[in-house]
Amino acid sequence: MTEELHDVRLTVNGSAYEIRVPARRLLSDALRHDLGLTGTHVGCEHGVCGACTILVDGSPTRSCLMFAVSAVDHEITTVEGLANPDGSLGAVQQAFVECHGLQCGFCTPGFLTTITAGLRENPTPTHEEARDMIAGNLCRCTGYQNIVKAVERAAEIGAGG
Amino acid sequence: MTTKLMGQKVQRVEDQRFLRGLGRYVDDVNVENDATMLHAAVLRSPHAHARILAIDVDAVLDIEGVHAVWTHEDLTGPMAEPLPLLIPHPALTHGRTQYALAKDEVNYVGEAIAFVVADDRYIAEDAVGLIRVDYELLPPVVGVDAARAATSLVHEDVPGNVGARLEQNVGDAPAAIAAAPHTLVLDLTIERSACMPMEGRGTVARWEPDLNRLQMWTSTQSSTGVRAAVAVKLGLDLGQVDVITPDVGGGFGVKINHPWPEELLVPMAARALGKTVKFTEDRREHFISSAHERGQVQHIEVGFDDDGRLLGLDVEFWHDHGAYTPYGLIVPIITSTQLLGPYKPQNYRVVFESLYTNTVMVTPYRGAGRPQGCYAMERTMDAIAKYLGKDRADVRAVNFIQPDEFPYDQGLIFQDGRELEYDSGDYPASLVKIKELVGWDEFPAFQAEMAAQGRRVGIGLACYVEGTGVGPYEGAHVHIETSGKVKVATGLTTQGQGHATVFAQLVADELGCSFEDVEVVTGDTRRMPYAVGTFASRAAVMSGSAIHLAAKRAKEKALTIAADALEADPSDLQIVDGVVSVKGSPGTSIDLGTVSVLSNPLRYAFDEASKAATQFSVGDPGKPPVPEDEEPGLEGRDFYSPERATFASGMHAVIVETDPETAEIRILKYAVVHDCGHLINPMIVEGQIHGGVAQGVGGALYERMAYDESGQLLNASFMDFLMPYVTEIPDGIDIDHLETPSPLNPLGIKGAGEAGVIPSAAVFAAAIEDAEGIDITAMPISPSELYSLRQSQGQEHSA
Amino acid sequence: MKPAPFDYRRPGTLAEAVAALAGEPNAKVLAGGQSLVPLLSMRLAAPAMLVDINGLPGLDTISVEEGGVRVGALARHAAVLASPDVRRVQPLVSLALANVAHATIRNRGTTVGSLVHADAAAEMPVVLSLLGGSVDVEGPAGRRTIPADELFVGPLESSVHHDEIAVSAFFPALADGAGVAFEEIARRHGDYALVGAAALVDGDEVSVGYLSVSDVPTVVDLSGVPIDEMGEAALERLEPAEDIHATAAYRAQLVRVLTTRVVRSAYDHAEGRA
Ligand SMILES: Cc1cc2nc3c(=O)[nH]c(=O)nc-3n(C[C@H](O)[C@H](O)[C@H](O)COP(=O)(O)OP(=O)(O)OC[C@H]3O[C@@H](n4cnc5c(N)ncnc54)[C@H](O)[C@@H]3O)c2cc1C
Ligand code: FES
Ligand code: FES
Repeated sequence: MTEELHDVRLTVNGSAYEIRVPARRLLSDALRHDLGLTGTHVGCEHGVCGACTILVDGSPTRSCLMFAVSAVDHEITTVEGLANPDGSLGAVQQAFVECHGLQCGFCTPGFLTTITAGLRENPTPTHEEARDMIAGNLCRCTGYQNIVKAVERAAEIGAGG
Repeated sequence: MTTKLMGQKVQRVEDQRFLRGLGRYVDDVNVENDATMLHAAVLRSPHAHARILAIDVDAVLDIEGVHAVWTHEDLTGPMAEPLPLLIPHPALTHGRTQYALAKDEVNYVGEAIAFVVADDRYIAEDAVGLIRVDYELLPPVVGVDAARAATSLVHEDVPGNVGARLEQNVGDAPAAIAAAPHTLVLDLTIERSACMPMEGRGTVARWEPDLNRLQMWTSTQSSTGVRAAVAVKLGLDLGQVDVITPDVGGGFGVKINHPWPEELLVPMAARALGKTVKFTEDRREHFISSAHERGQVQHIEVGFDDDGRLLGLDVEFWHDHGAYTPYGLIVPIITSTQLLGPYKPQNYRVVFESLYTNTVMVTPYRGAGRPQGCYAMERTMDAIAKYLGKDRADVRAVNFIQPDEFPYDQGLIFQDGRELEYDSGDYPASLVKIKELVGWDEFPAFQAEMAAQGRRVGIGLACYVEGTGVGPYEGAHVHIETSGKVKVATGLTTQGQGHATVFAQLVADELGCSFEDVEVVTGDTRRMPYAVGTFASRAAVMSGSAIHLAAKRAKEKALTIAADALEADPSDLQIVDGVVSVKGSPGTSIDLGTVSVLSNPLRYAFDEASKAATQFSVGDPGKPPVPEDEEPGLEGRDFYSPERATFASGMHAVIVETDPETAEIRILKYAVVHDCGHLINPMIVEGQIHGGVAQGVGGALYERMAYDESGQLLNASFMDFLMPYVTEIPDGIDIDHLETPSPLNPLGIKGAGEAGVIPSAAVFAAAIEDAEGIDITAMPISPSELYSLRQSQGQEHSA
Repeated sequence: MKPAPFDYRRPGTLAEAVAALAGEPNAKVLAGGQSLVPLLSMRLAAPAMLVDINGLPGLDTISVEEGGVRVGALARHAAVLASPDVRRVQPLVSLALANVAHATIRNRGTTVGSLVHADAAAEMPVVLSLLGGSVDVEGPAGRRTIPADELFVGPLESSVHHDEIAVSAFFPALADGAGVAFEEIARRHGDYALVGAAALVDGDEVSVGYLSVSDVPTVVDLSGVPIDEMGEAALERLEPAEDIHATAAYRAQLVRVLTTRVVRSAYDHAEGRA
């Protein structure tokens, strides 16, 4: 039996892509392997770790829990789309460098997308809110201490600090 | 003078790549278009113990998109033999390793049985689902108690399920205990957990027929190890195999074991099919087929005097090593030796049995046996203090090795086959610091104040010593290019420790070049074929020292050549910001790039720099263009091979609150004092500690491997294996450093990678015991278990 | 962990969606996918067809109606949680939703999907049961309303037929003078609860709903029981089970503790509203 293929048009980081994939292709796999945007990582494929988190119409979403065929009609942002238009690091990325918010870097894309959206919604989080903002993402390396600092630092940078 | 970078909080160079999503992890490797690459999946045993009667793969080959399937029957030559036993030991009388694909029998749920290669992973998984295997079920052996009872055997030819028994003695512990004024007996258990890096294992291999070579990328902690194993198993010359370690999404030990079956099957398939093949382990596979660690049962007898001074310590423990022993006895040997920590036991006997069970095998996980040893020793210290009614810190203090006693020989043989001799340390000073940092002396008042409000708080303290930087060696190659850029290669691998940054700091300091000009490559056998691997907190010590030495050699050569060019004496030269100049006359100078040009006389010119280096413009026409005893190129290569390990140390303290009703355990304060000698980059060291502490919290309060009696792992997902989120980790970890340099290496450094996780089981057990007044003898502990303990102590439930 | 193959339909109308379901006995509805996709990826479920309802118009509404608030099948947990109308009309929905998974899951997961999924460890089924709400479903025979007490029939089993689509859920409003509270204890923040409890008090009437205690969300009437004895009274009606995270005795203890806590705070809530 040959599997039916679907023509799927995805809009990712402002660019349109046309791919032909079976219905079961996970969005995470489509981004990584069909579009070559390997910045989005896969750590569990059951929605818990958050490494695959992307922005769908600006909202953090697990790309391992969506099918590529269902992702039409949405604006997708991945970690590759978080730098400033001039190529310099965005505020959250910059804060991660300054605060040593990453070690192996595998979980990092999911944190960056989540925090980017979180700070858009709440640009001046309290310390508790900063912790809460990353409460759905797993990191095995950093013990989170410096990621929380990076959230707070990114808020400062965003405020022109 | 450029400021020294050693000791500075230098920001990491690797971050730029990672933060833009441009890291290259093994599943990102796209040597061909992903669409033409083939993808593998593995059929794994659903049973913990069974004989394989028949395997039927016929249905598989009918699936469109399936290219090949292998079972043991299809393997030939060395591939059909068991996997290597990497670290043999005379005491490991019954070592067993698995086959790349199971032959006749499976011994744990997850053991590889068949290997399918297809157009994509989806189809490969479809195919795996269609393979039919007939099993004859055998009785499973799960847990230390079942292994010891030995009513069933994991391997028919291993009596009593005992893989190894090892005893070491210093003095006569049983006699000393018998004669001691006070004695205590403790029975302790500690359960399994696992490294659980966010990235699982993965391998990509490509056979290049035109070159007759194999190129592979694998998420490993030892690329040279994988290379040698692949060459042996596939019958290739070492020179035909290149192993490249791409970015690695965490290791924590599980990727030091090698070769994993897939690390052989992928290149085998790539060669057979003439296509690039990729295997990316998924999370469920990681739970059931990658290694676990920590499970032990311990029996301790101790004799001591009125001050709590140890007179004799007799430890017996049973180590659950799972179904196979590819990594030898490293974990239990470390437990048995590092158990002693900063203390002098006077008389010590330790004996362990390493036992087979029908569960995933055990290989090192960050700390590698030390957490269990620390737990045994520190629980003993607490028990002594309680028995004597003394302050727990004071009992520890009377047993410390004193600063003037180094080097201190514990009289045991360590994991590297060498004497367990501590090089340096200052434990009394650490104790002063940790007590101050956590507020030890003020705590009783706080505890009383809380008790008055009906709240339960407790404090715990645990000390450890960690042998780091074990041999045999690491090497480094430093090449200054004609552009002035410095390319550094060392063979061990990187999993997030920031090697590209710390090693560049060392090179910039030694060479006098700018930090930005240094580029470090790790774990690529094409660039440095001699290496061991990243484990045992050894990277900074081993490769750091090797890089320092190699940079020194490159510098010496640069100074010799520059001295010639500048007509000066080498000892009058300095290198600052990549420019060699005569001290005191900065005008007389030559940059390192030009020195590199001069180091390599050329026949052909390609650009301005090489034009300046042709044999017509360089050198004395009366001498050979390359002086005798010299080599062309501005390079330095050196190796570091220390006599023995260097011993880092530290102390952790924690304050917890337990809920009188729900038995929930909350961390109020976590404090760390850490001594890893000179710090190369304090920011990175603190990051390592944070990560270790978080894994420690997980191991002490949340994570376990929940096997049922039939050997099924009931919590093989992130839903049920409770790795902590930020919400479970203390908000703030207080860290203080002590820097007692190691005399064993040129930089005075010690390892730092594992320290954060070593004392956690011990320190949490102590704090919970203090809060509850109930002996804590089994870790990890959940609220449900704490509640059960309360009930068994007759504490009424309150609500 | 990749799903087995399936046919995929993304209908543009409810009628087409119902027809698609009717045409394939082994079809499943795909809403937010936050429960279904993990099951597919682990191959614990392998439906022949997925009917993706995310393209259906008009199902993402949250509207205040006579006597309560109605939540459409495509209203995401996050939208329901953020809705001031919901918080005003029936605050228990908001209180409970804050405990559903993590924010990122709530961005995609639907409240109605969580009801149809009928997980006894989930928050919303117990809330619907306690409040006496209902779910409206559309099938080949038209539309029907399933009251909460007929909805949850077994572990992960609801009475929504395979060829029906739940189009909305109705949560009755909180009566004047009544109060509600929700509390749960989970191993990790954001996990499914070890035990959770929701309370509704109105004068002398007290009822408490429990999650993760039985196979189905269970509501116990505790009217007339002295507050300190409510936990024990509830336990007479519940059979807490053991799993890898908690013993039955520990679950029972959490029932005792949480019962008292939620009933107290529900009364506080009622007082605060008065
Ligand atoms: C990491 C993680 C943590 C979570 N934690 C929690 C938690 O703590 N508490 C909790 O309650 N939930 C939790 N969830 C589940 C989450 O709330 C889901 O969103 C919810 O259970 C299902 O909603 P959905 O829209 O995603 O449904 P789907 O996954 O799309 O569907 C679930 C099931 O319901 C059926 N279905 C869905 N909608 C309809 C409909 N309109 N008509 C007919 N059938 C339908 C589907 O066919 C399927 O069988 C968690 C999920 C994840 C991934
Ligand atoms: S990979 Fe999607 S949440 Fe882990
Ligand atoms: S940095 Fe390695 S998992 Fe977060």
